[in-house]
Amino acid sequence: MIEFIDVVKSYSVGNQALKGVSLQIEDGEFVFLVGPSGSGKSTIIKLITGELRPTSGSVHVNGYSLERIRKREIPYLRRTIGVVFQDFRLIDTKTVYDNVAFAMRVIGAKEKEIRERVPYLLELVGLDNKSRRHPGELSGGEQQRLAIARALVNNPSTIIADEPTGNLDPARSFEIMSLLQEINKLGTTMLVVTHAQDLVEQFSNRVIVIEDGLIASDGMEGYYSYENQ
Amino acid sequence: MKISNLGYLLKEGIRGIFLRGFMSFAAVCVTVACLVIVGSFASLVYNVSVIVEDLNETSEIRVFIDETLSDAEAKSVHTKINQLGDNIKECVFVSKEQALEDFVADHDYDPAFDGLEPDYLRHRCVVVLEDNTQMRETADAILAVPGVADITAEFELAEGFSMVQQVLQVVSIAVISVLLVVSLLIISNTVKLAMYDRRDEIAIMKMVGATNGFIRFPFMVEGFILGMLGAAIAFGLEWLMYDGLVAKINELEGEMELFSFVPFETLLVPMVCTFAAAGLFVGIVGSWTSIRKFMDV
Ligand SMILES: Nc1ncnc2c1ncn2[C@@H]1O[C@H](COP(=O)(O)OP(=O)(O)OP(=O)(O)O)[C@@H](O)[C@H]1O
Ligand SMILES: [Mg+2]
Repeated sequence: MIEFIDVVKSYSVGNQALKGVSLQIEDGEFVFLVGPSGSGKSTIIKLITGELRPTSGSVHVNGYSLERIRKREIPYLRRTIGVVFQDFRLIDTKTVYDNVAFAMRVIGAKEKEIRERVPYLLELVGLDNKSRRHPGELSGGEQQRLAIARALVNNPSTIIADEPTGNLDPARSFEIMSLLQEINKLGTTMLVVTHAQDLVEQFSNRVIVIEDGLIASDGMEGYYSYENQ
Repeated sequence: MKISNLGYLLKEGIRGIFLRGFMSFAAVCVTVACLVIVGSFASLVYNVSVIVEDLNETSEIRVFIDETLSDAEAKSVHTKINQLGDNIKECVFVSKEQALEDFVADHDYDPAFDGLEPDYLRHRCVVVLEDNTQMRETADAILAVPGVADITAEFELAEGFSMVQQVLQVVSIAVISVLLVVSLLIISNTVKLAMYDRRDEIAIMKMVGATNGFIRFPFMVEGFILGMLGAAIAFGLEWLMYDGLVAKINELEGEMELFSFVPFETLLVPMVCTFAAAGLFVGIVGSWTSIRKFMDV
């Protein structure tokens, strides 16, 4: 569960990125987070992953209180969250297989578990026939699917995606969104930041609209209701 | 960190060395260069200080005892001098008979001295000091002992040697510290460059929840191996150079034997320890400080 209670975040004095945000995302939900550039979307994500601390208010994520989490607890918080970025963030010197396996190795998984889990995930995202390739040899959509497989590999309860389709054409974007919907149906909480309004409207999910550091609307009615206010 | 992951962590560390072959090569070269410079300077200073120390050992105070005292009283003066304090390293009583014998022997038993009576001379003590910088103070203290008639000593010479020793010590400590600090800076910058290469990888590791220890370990293994490799090569080079140079100088000197150099074997243990410690320090501290910059994600 993700819960923000009256969260304020200022990067410097007099420059508030978030001006009092409260929201709650239950386990198993699929939520779109939309809003204009600079409205505070990435700030919300960084508060969830522990990259930033709230200036005031409280943030609870999967049982951790982020306003008072200790530094050495942060890795364990992050194991409950899988993160996907617009720019994929893959390691070019490693194969497709090793990019996913790497994420298990660095949290100390056993080789045997790795050999079982990695092929399963590559199949889930449709890359099972490309496991020996390197990221540079994949299309943008395939690279993003690889990043999603990596985000899932440690079996997080939550996936957070910051503009996962920002670098993809509309067809690939739809494909990625559909993949995220499917993963959500398997039980993973999903928080997706996007600019792609038309894409949001093709799925009937909860939409949180943020504008200038404040929540402008939140509900199942989608982006339309906000636009038509 | 589980033991079962140790294999992976070690493998990653070694893999890193080859993956960044050029950077590793550069780091080792810099370590070798720095250690050889420090090592050469230190052995030079050590040799010079041994020579100066040997020369300074010959500085002594001769104490002449009042000739009106009996032999037993003269001996008790010797005992008093001996008890004078910490700075007396050695105090040898030389009777006037012994002094005469030595004097005649020194002059190749010249018949001119044949009729000389011991009574022309006085009982004396030859005093060697712990610390020649205190020579004047100690000499005054000896003069104040009742029964001491006179003393002679080469104050200027002894002070000159002491001065040279002190200056040498201060200068060498300063130069060696500067060299070490400069080495550490260069090496840590080299490691930092290598680390900059991997900042994306580190960011990904943090993102998926790797602990700082897990991220750091392979870098430390890498730094450790590079540091030790650099130290080993530097040590070998130093040994070859030292022995080569000493052989060359001995050859040039021929029979003269102006300076005798300390054999490398004497320097071996301290040098192995210093180089290993420096390699370890540089490798581990160098990588640790440079990783830290990329850890705060
Ligand atoms: N590191 C930072 N230092 C100072 N100000 C920052 C920093 N990061 C973000 N900001 C400011 O905080 C506000 C919110 O930024 P944020 O990145 O959350 O926006 P966003 O909604 O993700 O925008 P975009 O859609 O362009 O990614 C902006 O005004 C931005 O300039
Ligand atoms: Mg953003």
